[in-house]
Amino acid sequence: MKKELRLMKGNEAVAEAAIRAGADGYFGYPITPQSEVMEHLMSEKPHERTGMVVLQAESEIAAINMVYGAAGAGKMAMTSSSSPGISLKQEGLSYIAGAELPCLVLNVVRGGPGLGTIQPGQSDYFQAVKGGGHGDYKLITLAPSSVQEMYDFVELGFDLAFKYRNPAMILSDGAIGQMMEKVELTEEKSRRTMEELIKQCPWATYGKSPDRDHNVITSLELDAAKQEKVNHKIQAKYRELEEKEVRYEEIMCEDAEFLLVAYGTSSRIAQKAVRQARENGIKLGLLRPITLFPFPVKKLHEMAGQVKGILSVEMSAGQMIEDVRLAVNGKVPAEHFGRLGGIIPSANEIVEAVQKNFIGG
Amino acid sequence: MEDIKKPENLVYQKSKVMTDKVLHYCPGCGHGTAHRLVAEIIEELDIQHKTIGIAPVGCSVLAYDYFNVDFQEAAHGRAPALATAIARLYPDHAVFTYQGDGDLAAIGTAETIHACNRGENIVIVFVNNGIYGMTGGQMAPTTLEGMKSSTSPYGRDLKMMGNPLKMTELVAQLPGTYYVTRQAVHKPGKVRKAKKALKKAFQYQQEKKGTQFVEIVSNCNSGWKMTPTKANEWMENNMFPFYPLGDIKVPEEK
Repeated sequence: MKKELRLMKGNEAVAEAAIRAGADGYFGYPITPQSEVMEHLMSEKPHERTGMVVLQAESEIAAINMVYGAAGAGKMAMTSSSSPGISLKQEGLSYIAGAELPCLVLNVVRGGPGLGTIQPGQSDYFQAVKGGGHGDYKLITLAPSSVQEMYDFVELGFDLAFKYRNPAMILSDGAIGQMMEKVELTEEKSRRTMEELIKQCPWATYGKSPDRDHNVITSLELDAAKQEKVNHKIQAKYRELEEKEVRYEEIMCEDAEFLLVAYGTSSRIAQKAVRQARENGIKLGLLRPITLFPFPVKKLHEMAGQVKGILSVEMSAGQMIEDVRLAVNGKVPAEHFGRLGGIIPSANEIVEAVQKNFIGG
Repeated sequence: MEDIKKPENLVYQKSKVMTDKVLHYCPGCGHGTAHRLVAEIIEELDIQHKTIGIAPVGCSVLAYDYFNVDFQEAAHGRAPALATAIARLYPDHAVFTYQGDGDLAAIGTAETIHACNRGENIVIVFVNNGIYGMTGGQMAPTTLEGMKSSTSPYGRDLKMMGNPLKMTELVAQLPGTYYVTRQAVHKPGKVRKAKKALKKAFQYQQEKKGTQFVEIVSNCNSGWKMTPTKANEWMENNMFPFYPLGDIKVPEEK
């Protein structure tokens, strides 16, 4: 079969992927740099293509709660936003995680705090991988580094979300959202039938049939002993995710003496830094986490036995470095290098940081 | 005694749409009656299999335990957002929210107004008792001037605390609302009227007419610190003049 290729922005790729993955609903609110997601969806008339519902909500808060309602009713629902808007969605995400529902959220990160900048950032790492809202929960966090991955991670995100009944987040950034690259598209799937939905989500609120009890979606449990059980059940899913769903890419790690750890836009620059360093005789490698939660702890621990120094490269003041250090557990020096406020680091700066931190001179 | 318990002698029975769970509401509270009316209507319209309810945060947070239909529990104030998505994804279903005044008219004001303005095909049951009951009787957006609560212990001072909000009159102005009415459930006559209004609302929803908004002015004898009888008297003398009962927006007859 002939491949279907298209030149697309990262944000458009997410929208197209949602339609083609058979998503039931998208609920969003405009914010730079991710507004193309809803713009593409609206222009594509998904209600005619697949019957998908797309609605511009009155706020990010309303949008995530629309996703909450749709997810409770067993539907494949998603929303997208950028940093300030994602902060507003944290309440909803906590409820969705607490009620153990699947959904997909895209964060096209911009530099913060506050209104910050509209340039790309990676300063929402903590918020994404540590839960973000109140209570003990985590988001399955996927970090694309290309427009193709923006496309692919929509279906992957939905699959993982439904498998584990937990919200999944695509943690992207303004550069990947805005840049255009070639994307290989998949065939358009039809949305699940009601029979398929009921089979997949027997717990959902699709209307009580006489042969079953009423289905209730709630995150409330007033009995502390029962709530603790709920929490243990949720935590067990996270242990299973850590066991089974870790994804990463290794670039020139085999003979590496020094290691970069970077995801998303930073990982693309880091890849260039690896080449540049090797031209100068420094055996540098790159570990690119694809899942930020679950984090590639075992792999990093293993790499710590091989390399002399690990540099976490992030467009933040140092967030992922904390997970890197936990994984490395003091075996080798692990340092942070980052640019802030929407600045993307250069390959030169990264190589210099490796030299300064681990080689000297 | 046993020999007269025959189906033909039955004058009343609990709706099948109510579960056997014991209500947690305070004695004298209107929630139980409001629940019963909604349940009876769902049964009478034979829509139990396609009804999806949304519970609020507030005294009726556990409403999902009492209605024998599929139910979701929303975050505080967000019930109309959940209902919006569900009604759009299940366009033939009977989707309703059940909310109190803090939930609907304070923290959920934006969600309420925009769901009503879009004309989402849902029923909103709004129980207004002028106070935050569950959290212990704090001032609500609907607390009357001079009315005492735990956060307005000397009475609501309009200059300091702002004005009570007539949410129902407000949403009646919006093009998306089809039927807007204000009822009460503290006396048999009022209960009958409220049931008629709620039934119309659910019927219009099933006819896909848009947003149906039913306010029920109710009491909170615990929060108001009165006996149930006194609370009902106080409600008639103080709440009803400010929140007058009756239809506010009725569909034009064709």
